Amino acid sequence: MFYREAGDFKTSYVDDNQTFPIKFDRYRYYAVLFIAFAIIPFVLNDYWVNAVFMPFLIYAIAAIGLNILVGYCGQVSLGTGGFMAVGAYSCYKFMTGVDIWWGGELLFRLPEFNIFFSVLMGGVMTALVGLLFGLPSLRIKGFYLAVATLAAQFFLVWMFNRVSWFYNYSASGQISAPERGLFGVAISGPNAPAWAMYLFCLVFLAACAIIARNLTRGSFGRKWMAIRDMDIAAEIIGVDPLRAKLSAFGVSSFFVGISGALFFAIYLGAVEVGEAFGIQKSFLVLFMVIIGGLGSIFGSFAGAAFLVLLPVFLKNFLVGGLGWPTDLAAHLEFMIVGALIVIFLIAEPHGLAQLWRVTKEKLRLWPFPH
Amino acid sequence: MPEQLFFALEVILNGLMAGVLYALVALGFVLIYKASGIFNYSQGVMALFAAATLVGIMDGQVPFSHLINAIFGTNVHHFGWHIPALLGILLTMGVMVFLAWAVNRFVFKHLVNQEPIILFMATIGLAYFLEGLSDLMWGGQLKTLDVGLPQGMNATLDEVTFNLFGYGFFIDNLDIVASIVALILVVTLTLYSQYSKQGRALRAVADDHQAALSVGISLNFIWILVWSIAGFVALVAGIMWGAKSGVQFSLSLMALKALPVLMLGGFTSIPGAIVGGLIIGVGEKLFEFTLGGMMGGATENWFAYVLALIFLVFRPQGLFGEKIIERV
Repeated sequence: MFYREAGDFKTSYVDDNQTFPIKFDRYRYYAVLFIAFAIIPFVLNDYWVNAVFMPFLIYAIAAIGLNILVGYCGQVSLGTGGFMAVGAYSCYKFMTGVDIWWGGELLFRLPEFNIFFSVLMGGVMTALVGLLFGLPSLRIKGFYLAVATLAAQFFLVWMFNRVSWFYNYSASGQISAPERGLFGVAISGPNAPAWAMYLFCLVFLAACAIIARNLTRGSFGRKWMAIRDMDIAAEIIGVDPLRAKLSAFGVSSFFVGISGALFFAIYLGAVEVGEAFGIQKSFLVLFMVIIGGLGSIFGSFAGAAFLVLLPVFLKNFLVGGLGWPTDLAAHLEFMIVGALIVIFLIAEPHGLAQLWRVTKEKLRLWPFPH
Repeated sequence: MPEQLFFALEVILNGLMAGVLYALVALGFVLIYKASGIFNYSQGVMALFAAATLVGIMDGQVPFSHLINAIFGTNVHHFGWHIPALLGILLTMGVMVFLAWAVNRFVFKHLVNQEPIILFMATIGLAYFLEGLSDLMWGGQLKTLDVGLPQGMNATLDEVTFNLFGYGFFIDNLDIVASIVALILVVTLTLYSQYSKQGRALRAVADDHQAALSVGISLNFIWILVWSIAGFVALVAGIMWGAKSGVQFSLSLMALKALPVLMLGGFTSIPGAIVGGLIIGVGEKLFEFTLGGMMGGATENWFAYVLALIFLVFRPQGLFGEKIIERV
């Protein structure tokens, strides 16, 4: 009834090309932004921030990043955990001041970066590493590439574990975020208020989503999709595979790096690399992308929300409600996630995003479908 | 320098033995990939599942006992019997055949004609499911697997080499058994696929699905057969790994090493899986021995993957793989 384009006249190309062509969608989008920025920060408490909102925001960024690589460009990567670790460790180094050593002597030390720029630098460094590991994708394809990205995963985690420069020679081998703030409000560290952490991550997520959405709509996105659908054909019609694939790796790693930096600096506060950024993390983000929908920004949100909420729900229902032991709930969670992946691949390969699209199509005709 | 040389030789020998274990897992991958074009990520977890099932059956554990106890408030855990190893292996094989049927019936029947990468991701989902199932059925604790395989250092070899060279080689008995089993397995599989009726059908399916269908070979049967064989290989690998380091979650991570082995050897070649396994096994042990100390140790975690990555850049189809030809 309300959800249709009839009567909404577009008079310029700019209007015609907007992200949300339907008025109802547009207002819904503004409403979501308003609620997320102006209402939720006032009503949330520590439990909600730590159990639901922070993981959701951070994983959504990672899922957007991976979705660009897997969903749009068709290059399956199992190295997400390793790339998140790069983001986390570069963020840490920039937060505490990068020290350059030469021949056993401290050559110079960069000043400590502001937390905002540290996170950004985390993204930039990860993009560079991503470019490096993306190079083989020009020769290797399909699941050969998927396995090759495992090299990134295992090598990076090993490196952050063994090279003590990365964790500032601390005895425990962990990195922990020092207290840093923006505009006089603490954002990282133990004393940061919940709403500040939430807003900080939300700003990054909103920016990433807008950038990603517009990149995928533009010529970059079209090139990626051409490569995904058939790289040889794309090459013949004039898409440069080198630039398309590497740009996908770079952009994707940038987002993943930012999410890794936030995951470490804001959410966890202290990180042991093998535990926080192990291969399980790579799979978790990949599952978010599959369940949410390959090749859809909205799908990344939906997938992240789904896989963040599922364990919370299972824990509350099985452990809190039925009184089962926690390990049983954990095993069941494994089974359910695995089964869901298979079910989604069989029944709806385009994931939750496709369900949403179908719903929208139905809404357009509602209440007179004939 | 002979001391150092002998030590290096010992490292190489141990690497060969470790490589045999990788090759065992890789073998399962190759079988399924050749017959159905599915790159079965869950092969490692299948080994874990098979080993856990074997332990559970031999100890007479009640499957899903934790779940049953949680739902009905009972306290069951064991049937109270012990089953001999051979019978246990047979029963586990039955479970693996059932698993093969179920996987084909409920998963891959619905994914026919999908892109390979979708199938690959489905097997990742399957791996998660099996991991959860194995823990739910038999509990997630570390289990020791004892089917009566010899353990510990081989004393005779140590003595003989000491008398010959003045340096006793340290080789694990279990590794020797594993190599012999792997050898038998490969020879049997090769003979089976060359000379038996099903083996011939198997090769036909591997060559061309549609042509095989048109001469009356049942794809369904072949797929169940090949998944069962892969289940059997997984069981053997699970027994070897399990006897070596206990049945636990990390077993499936060790099995991940079979992936670089495969990439090195080529996805479609059984000898490739063996040679790849040996190269990786020797390579990572030698690398750790020569450069590992300098780089902070534990290079075995990533060496195999990086080697495979570098290798693939120069030869994308692996050592023995068929040349990849792409057409628009």
